[in-house]
Order: sequence, then C-alpha cells, then structure tokens
Amino acid sequence: MPIAAYVIIGVVVVLLIIFIAIYNGLVRLRNQVKNAWAQIDVQLKRRHDLIPNLVETAKGYMKYERETLEAVTKARNLAQQASSAGAGERAKVEGELSSALARLLAVVERYPDLKANQNFLALQEELTSTENKIAFSRQFYNDSVLRLNNKTQMFPSNVIASMTGFKAGEFFEVTVAAEREPVKVSFTE
Amino acid sequence: MWEQIRSNQIRSVVLTIGMGVLLILIGYFLGMAFDNAIAGLVIAISVWIILSLVGYFQGDSILLSMSRAKKITRDDHPRLYNVVEEMKIASGLEKMPNIYIIDDPALNAFATGRDPNRASVAITSGLLQKLNRDELQGVIGHEISHIKNRDVLLMAMCSILLGTIVILAWYGSRFLIFGSMTGSRRSSSSGGGGGAQLIILVVALVFMILAPIVAQLIYFAISRKREYLADASSALYTRNPEGLASALEKLGASTGQLKSANKATAPMYITNPFRKKGMKASDLSSTHPPISERIRILRAMAGASFIDYDQAYRQVHRGEGVIPAASLAAETVPVKTIKLEGETGEPNEIQRARETSDVMWRLSNYNTITCDCGAKLRVPPKFKEPIIKCPHCGRTHQV
Repeated sequence: MPIAAYVIIGVVVVLLIIFIAIYNGLVRLRNQVKNAWAQIDVQLKRRHDLIPNLVETAKGYMKYERETLEAVTKARNLAQQASSAGAGERAKVEGELSSALARLLAVVERYPDLKANQNFLALQEELTSTENKIAFSRQFYNDSVLRLNNKTQMFPSNVIASMTGFKAGEFFEVTVAAEREPVKVSFTE
Repeated sequence: MWEQIRSNQIRSVVLTIGMGVLLILIGYFLGMAFDNAIAGLVIAISVWIILSLVGYFQGDSILLSMSRAKKITRDDHPRLYNVVEEMKIASGLEKMPNIYIIDDPALNAFATGRDPNRASVAITSGLLQKLNRDELQGVIGHEISHIKNRDVLLMAMCSILLGTIVILAWYGSRFLIFGSMTGSRRSSSSGGGGGAQLIILVVALVFMILAPIVAQLIYFAISRKREYLADASSALYTRNPEGLASALEKLGASTGQLKSANKATAPMYITNPFRKKGMKASDLSSTHPPISERIRILRAMAGASFIDYDQAYRQVHRGEGVIPAASLAAETVPVKTIKLEGETGEPNEIQRARETSDVMWRLSNYNTITCDCGAKLRVPPKFKEPIIKCPHCGRTHQV
C-alpha cells in the first residue's frame, strides 16, 4: 500500500475527530442554554407564587398604598399570562414587575410595624433572594447564549453549526430603565 | 470565559507531577536503607495510593466531622441557604452543595467534596453573624468557585501527596541513619564499595530532609494561585467585588484562630486559620495570599470580569498577571450598584447574632420557647417535664 493512502486515511480520521469534538461542544452549549433558560423560568414562577402572599401580608399594614399594591398585582398577572412568550417579550413584562416590586419594597420603609412582622420578613427575604436568583440565572443564561452565538458565528465551528442546524440564541435583556437603577429611598420626609 | 481554569490547571498538574517525582525519589532512597530500591518504591507508592483512596472517597466527611460541622436545611437558615443557591445559579453549578455550620466564633469558611456533584460548603457561626448579605454572597461565591474550578479535589490530593512525602521522609531519614550502621557493617564484610555507599547515603539523607520542604513550597504555590482565582471568580459571579472585599476586611480584623482547624486542613479555608498579624506580602510559606493584598486587588477592580481582576492584580503587583491569558477574551462587565448596610431592611448584626445562635441551639436539639416577657427559654433535649416555668417572669409554658 502506498504511503499516500495512509496519509489520506490519517487526515480523514483527524478531521473526523475534530468534527466530533466541535459538534459535541456545540451540543453541550445548547443544552447549557436550555438549562439556564429553565432556571430563569423556575425563578420567575417562584416570584409569581410569592407575590400574592406578600401583597396579602402587606395589605393589613399599608392603608395608604393601595395603588402600589394594585400595580404589583396587575404586573404580576400580566407577567404570568406572558409566561409562554419568547425571551424578548417576557423580559419586558418581567422588567415591569421588578420595578413595581422595587417601588413596593421602597415604601415598606415607612411602615415599621410591617417591617417587624416575622411573616413579612421571611417573605421579604424570599423575594429578595428570588430577585437575585433571577438576576444570576439571567447572567448565566446570557453568558451561555453569548458563547453559543460566538461558536455559531466563528470559524471553524460555524461551518459545523450551519451544517447541523444550530441557531443563535436570544438574549434575555431587561429593557425597563427602572430596574437598572437602584430605587432611591428618602428618609427626610 | 468559563473555561479560564484550563491553562491554570495544566500549571497545577505540572507542579503536582513535580511533587509526585519527589515521592518516587523518596521511595527510591528509602529502598536504599534495605539495599532494595524497588521495595522502597513499592512502599512509597502503596502508602500514597491508600491515603489517596481514603481521601478521595471519605475526605470530605473526614474533614467535616473533624471540624465538627453541622449540616443545615433551608428552614434552619433561609438566608444562608438562599445565598448558596444564588451562587450555585450564578456559577452554573448543576447540583446544590450541602451546607454546614461550624459552631465557632472564629471567622472562616471552606468548601470540600471530590467533584461538583458531591460538594459541601461550611461556614463558622462567627462569620455567619458578622457578614451582611452582600458580604456573605462574596464569601460563598469564593467557596462555590473553588468547587466549580475543581480546586477542592486538586488541593485535597495535593495535601495527601504532601502528607505522604512528609511521613515517608520522616521515617525514611531515621531508617537511613539506623540502616547505615548495619549496612556499613555488611558492606565491609563483603569488601569494598563502602565509601561510595556512604556518599549515596549522605545524599539520600540530605534529600530526605529537603524533600518535605520543597514539596511544601510547591503546595503553597498551587494553593495561593487558586485563592486569587477564586477571588476573581467570586467577583465575577456576584458582579460585586466590594462584597468580598468588605468581608475579607472583617475576616482580617479578627485574630481568633479556628479551634478545629489543623495544618493539613488549612488551605481549605477562605483565610489561613493560623494567620498572624502583619504577615509579609511575599511570604512563601503561606497557603494564602495576605488578606490586605487580596482586598487591595478587589478594590482596584474597575469592573467585575477577569480582565478587571487581572488589571487590578498587575496594578498591585506591578508585574505579571494572575489570570491565564486564554481566559481574558471576554469584555469587562459592570459592577452591580452597592447597597448600604441596613438600607434594604436586612437584619443588623445583633439580629444576625440572635438568628445564628437560635440555629446553633436548634442544631444541638435544644427546643426554644419564646416567653411573652421576651425571654427565650432553651429547653435541653434531656428535659422530660411537660411544663417549664420562665425564670424571668414566672409564666409557665408547655414543652
């Protein structure tokens, strides 16, 4: 057998191994993006479940904040309805819910009785943590999407990605300005 | 960005192999005491394998029981559980690590477990009550990144390798001294070669004395590098370097030593449990970089990414960076806005102390009854009466 045949076989084997490695890498990333999205979903649902309890507990103490409480309930219902929508649409309604919640938690400072309520404190801790978990899962999701998108656009993985039908992922960006900036609470009133 | 650790892992592996070579040489020289180098090698390697197997399968439970850590659930301490879960999500870890509290006023924390699916984080009750939420997040982020970067297994295996070298060198040098007396008698009876053997024995003895020191320095080098990386990862996960910086400041201000720590477990902790004040910045014989330096780097960060950490590190050290170049491709990420303590209605230090002591009592099976007068009755598990009287106001309570 001529040496050229061995060389050709060798090159084909090496190419095959590279192909498999890149393909598996892409699959791993796509699964990571899927898992990260599922994690965001879990946390958003958790927030939807927590809000009615929080509003119920707060209602008894916050006589003058009916509008704030109603805004939260309304934003929560809208967000729940949009829970099967795409990343872009969901990010918008969830962003609005976040800002409504931030307004509610800001006015809580005016109600010392509510702040001393054990039940409310536990709920507040849960809500703060859920907000953090949403932010962290979004952070991880966006990082994963960025990596997947880089892979599907950069050579040589883009060749294999387009051959095997990998698509770029959609970022979960929060568009509401209110969530980007911390809520300022004034104590001078 | 998330694969940053790979090139650093190669460096660590090279250093670990260096320790392995030391072990083999020790075995070889040890064998000379018996006039049989192969036997020495077999002894050295089997001691190492046995210790490694024990460490691999039981290391985390041994470490946790040695430090008398108590496992907690979500209900025991919701905030701690939530913070760990938050960091688990931020790091993309698949499984929730077990959480332990060590009942000790010293301030420290560590992570253990052979792989990310079997991992635990432990924190002392002292640290738990000292830190606010952001600081706790920074510390837990540091520990979770030890798990995520697989430092935990590497450091455990390295410390076992180091331990084996130390043990073998200790016994080996004594065998050599003892063996050389009998050996020289034997060689003189067979005639000739006594001088050459003596030289080899002296070389072997010097090696036995130096090997543990060299192994320790290698070990410390690996450990310190990992601490910087874990700090950088924590800043990235939390998007808030200030949280960890201010936690380290509190850690640095305390001088209490952890009772249940020992030299073997020291590198597992977030700060060196045996640290003395005013340690030099270039101290080679330390498992951890000096706290003040770690704080300076974290505070010098312009953003929260690895690039920012690397730049801050260069600024503080005026030299080579600490993060491998391959991982610096990602752009900088902005730092989260920092909240003031108490602004978001989170518990202050006194409330945290009460909360933590409640947890510790409950974990020791004490029942807590809050009396209407405000006193808290701790009912020991051995208490069998159906009714207890409040010693403060005299009201009676059902147990």
